[in-house]
Amino acid sequence: MKKQIDNRENFLKGFIRENPVFSLLLGLCPALGVTTTAINGLGMGLATTFVLLMSNVVIALIKNLIPDKVRIPSFIVIIASFVTIVDLVMAGYLPALHAQLGLFIPLIVVNCIVLGRAEAFASKNKVLASAVDALGMGFGFAFALTLLGAVRELLGSLSLFGVKLIPGDGLLVFVLAPGAFIALGFLVALVNWYKREEEKKGKSKKVAA
Amino acid sequence: MEYFIIIISAIFINNIILSQFLGICPFLGVSGKSSTALGMSGAVMFVMTIATLVTYLIQHFVLEPFGITFLQTVAYILVIASLVQMVEIILKKVSPAMYQALGVFLPLITTNCAILGVALLVIQKDFNLIESVVFAAASAFGFGLAIVLFAGLRERMEFSELPEGMKGVPAALVVAGILSMAFMGFAGMV
Repeated sequence: MKKQIDNRENFLKGFIRENPVFSLLLGLCPALGVTTTAINGLGMGLATTFVLLMSNVVIALIKNLIPDKVRIPSFIVIIASFVTIVDLVMAGYLPALHAQLGLFIPLIVVNCIVLGRAEAFASKNKVLASAVDALGMGFGFAFALTLLGAVRELLGSLSLFGVKLIPGDGLLVFVLAPGAFIALGFLVALVNWYKREEEKKGKSKKVAA
Repeated sequence: MEYFIIIISAIFINNIILSQFLGICPFLGVSGKSSTALGMSGAVMFVMTIATLVTYLIQHFVLEPFGITFLQTVAYILVIASLVQMVEIILKKVSPAMYQALGVFLPLITTNCAILGVALLVIQKDFNLIESVVFAAASAFGFGLAIVLFAGLRERMEFSELPEGMKGVPAALVVAGILSMAFMGFAGMV
C-alpha cells in the first residue's frame, strides 16, 4: 500500500509542485521556442516525455554496468539515441509538426530536464520508480507547454488547438518572441501564488488539527 | 558585404536568445550580476566558435561521405561535450588567468542549447566554412550582448518594489520580453 502512495506522489509532483517549467525553470528553451500554438506545445511535450521515459528506463536498467566516471557521457549518448529515434519517426509520420518544431527536436538532447532526471533519479532508483518519475515529469512538462501554447494562441490569434473561437485579430505580439517571455512570466507568477496559497492552507489545516 | 549581413542579422535581428530562444537557461541563470554575465558570454563565445568549426568539419568530412548523417545529433553532442572538456584542460595549462575567469562556466556550457543549436543551424542554412565560423562568432556576440544588457537591467530591478508573486524570475521574464520587443525594432534592417 505504501508503495502505491509513493508512486502516486512521485507521478503527481511533476504537475505543479515540481513542475519542470513553472517551478524548476528547466527546459525553458523549447518551452518558449515552440509554444506559438497549443498543438505545438503538446507535440513537443509528448516528444520530450517519450525521450525522458525511454532514457530513464534504460539508464535505470544498466546503471550498475556504467562506470561512475563516464556516467554523464554515457547518459548523453543514450538520450541522444532516443532523440534521434523521435526525430526520424516524427519526420516520417508527422512531417508538418516536425517542420514546425524544427531545430528544437534535436535540441531535446540538451534539455536539462532529461539529463537532470537521469542523473538525479534514474541513476539511483529502480526501473518502475524511474519510469513513474519520467512520466510524471514528462506530463508535467507537456502540461506546462500546452498551457503556455494555449495562452499564447488564445491571446495571439483568438483560437485554441487550431479552432477559431472569436472572430477578428488577436494581439500579434503573443505569437512573436516577446509574448513568449511575458506570458511565461505571468504563468510563473500565477504558479508561485498558487503554491503560496496552498502552503497557507496546509499550515492552517495543521493548526486546526 | 555578405559577411556583414550575416553578422548584423545574427547579432540583432535573429538574436539567439531574444528571438531564437536558444540558451535561455544561462540567460536566466547567470544574469544576476554583470561580472558573471561577462564571464559566461566570454566562455560561450570561445566554445561556440570552436564547436561550430569542428562540427562543420565532422559533418562534411565524416558524416556525409560515409552516409551516416542520421548520427548527427549523437555525434555533435559528443563532440561538444569532449570539446568543452578539452578546452578546459588546455586553458588550465596555457592561460591560468583566463581559466580563472571562465573556468566555472565551462562545464555548464555542454548543456547550453545555444552551442548545439548554432552547430545545427549552420548546417541547415548551408553555410560554407568561413560563413559558419563568422555566423557562430556573431551569434555568440549576440548572446553576450543580450545577457550583459539583461544583467544590467536585473541589477537595477533589485531595488524596485514588486508584488510578492512577481519577484525574481517572473519579473525577469517580463523584462526579457520587453528587451526582446526592443530587439524586434531591428527587424527589416537588412
